Amino acid sequence: MKKRLSLGQKSTLLSLALFGVILLIWQLATLPDAQVVAADVDPEYAALMGGGTTTTASSFPTPAAMGQTVWEKLSDPFYDNGPNDKGIGIQIAHSLVRVLGGFLLAAAVAIPVGFLIGNSRVFYAALNPYVQVLKPISPLAWMPLALYTIKDAEASSIFVIFICSLWPMLINTALGVANVRRDWLDVSRTLEVNPLRKAFRVILPAAAPTILTGMRISMGIAWLVIVAAEMLVGSSGIGYFVWNEWNNLSLTNVLFAILMIGVVGMALDSIFGVLGKRVAYQE
Amino acid sequence: MTSSVHPFLQVENLARIYPSPTGGDDVTVFDHVNFRIHKGEFICVTGHSGCGKSTILNILAGLDSASAGNVFMDGREVSGPSLDRGVIFQSHALMPWLTVLENVAFAVKSRWPSWSKQTIRDHAMRYIELVGLKGAEHKKPSQLSGGMKQRVGIARAFSIEPKMLLMDEPFGALDALTRGVIQDELLKICAETQQTVFMITHDVDEAILLSDKIMLMSNGPHARIAEIVNNTLPRPRERSAIHREPHYYAIRNHLVDFLVSRSKQFGSLRDAPDAPSSPTVFDPSDLAESEPAVVPAPPVSKPHIHLVNA
Repeated sequence: MKKRLSLGQKSTLLSLALFGVILLIWQLATLPDAQVVAADVDPEYAALMGGGTTTTASSFPTPAAMGQTVWEKLSDPFYDNGPNDKGIGIQIAHSLVRVLGGFLLAAAVAIPVGFLIGNSRVFYAALNPYVQVLKPISPLAWMPLALYTIKDAEASSIFVIFICSLWPMLINTALGVANVRRDWLDVSRTLEVNPLRKAFRVILPAAAPTILTGMRISMGIAWLVIVAAEMLVGSSGIGYFVWNEWNNLSLTNVLFAILMIGVVGMALDSIFGVLGKRVAYQE
Repeated sequence: MTSSVHPFLQVENLARIYPSPTGGDDVTVFDHVNFRIHKGEFICVTGHSGCGKSTILNILAGLDSASAGNVFMDGREVSGPSLDRGVIFQSHALMPWLTVLENVAFAVKSRWPSWSKQTIRDHAMRYIELVGLKGAEHKKPSQLSGGMKQRVGIARAFSIEPKMLLMDEPFGALDALTRGVIQDELLKICAETQQTVFMITHDVDEAILLSDKIMLMSNGPHARIAEIVNNTLPRPRERSAIHREPHYYAIRNHLVDFLVSRSKQFGSLRDAPDAPSSPTVFDPSDLAESEPAVVPAPPVSKPHIHLVNA
């Protein structure tokens, strides 16, 4: 008697199998036998890792060592033993505060300005050249300018987050506002709805899905950029942690940080996914 | 039924001219459009696509502006959208993120901003019940059929108790059965509320069932109201019995003849500088005279047709 597996069960099984395969390859690659390692790992890379002469076991962690590190770090995420030794929870919290600060500032600017641009062709045409020039600039390119003018590392990294989250939100808000269906605007005109009520009760809900897509993209970029920004200027945060552990040559911790960056990024994205579903409407 | 001296709505020499896209002469969609609507009248407008019916309706609604001419309602010039004129859009134009009740309540709140939440809700519910949607008030438009959506549109337009209702082919997108049911409901509601209505339709039978007068527009460019047909069929009208009324076929044939052949003929006539800007009136009830028609009489023997130049 064979039971048919549901789609979800099948994909879960496949995911677990894939995880097993990855662990196996990892395990094989990190066996303390130099020859096995040489077969799988680029010798230059092995040399760079400080190995290549004897064994690689000491530098690149085995899955078991990694698992132990993850367990240790996650079981005590909020310890604080001075500036160079903080729990992962504290580091991530620092990063999140910066991301959130820059992101909210950007939203506070981008959404009203986006409304303006989306509503007015004149404003759109006037601001479009600036947006087009400023949009492709790597946010990190602003860093020296920010450090020079703001003279504060913390504020500079928030500024960098601000500048990189600004554009997707601005463009999507303008797009969403400009594409509100004529019918809905005509309805509010015939009902003599005042401009403020029209903005909040008609245009905003109509454009919300597009705006939220912009916010989601912005948040994704912000989370990418914060790691780099903290490597440059940080004294805390997940990016700083990665750089610090690289200087300590602790690949286990670097790997752990990479994993955490991925997990937090996924969580942030799914928050916006949920929000997006809540404002979505079906025509 | 209406014969007051001052018409409720008066349209004078309305025209709409577009600059030519190729840089040539301007395109006049319609001009010299004149008509009056009295309080409580149900007017249907029909004509071929492109004659500017919808533009006229949008000008009446205040959503569009004319190139020339004036619209007066209740003695005041129409210069923009107003809560006095409710509009029912062909595409129903419901806000998909609001429920049925919220859609109607949005309109009610716009009309009476000072009302309490409960009053607004009760008022909205009354009109939702009127169109037979009680029980569906918490549904989103996407969960409703096309006919139900249009009913919400009707409830929303009636709920603000406008002085006049404008409808742009409100049932054009519905299947014949649903259309019949909603027409009957509209007939009932209009009879109850004595609503003044200006409605665009392509459906001759719909026009006959609902209207007091049917305005026929000639083809564009230079479209005009070519004829006005007085719909003399007695009220209350029943869809199932209306075709037994003596004037039914006279009216129907007249309308169909116009749409099939006569609507094209006016173009050349209108080019003349002294072309008449008043439409011909067709009134099947006027049986006294039997003069030969300016307009070919419909091929019906029974009722005598009389045509007058207004």
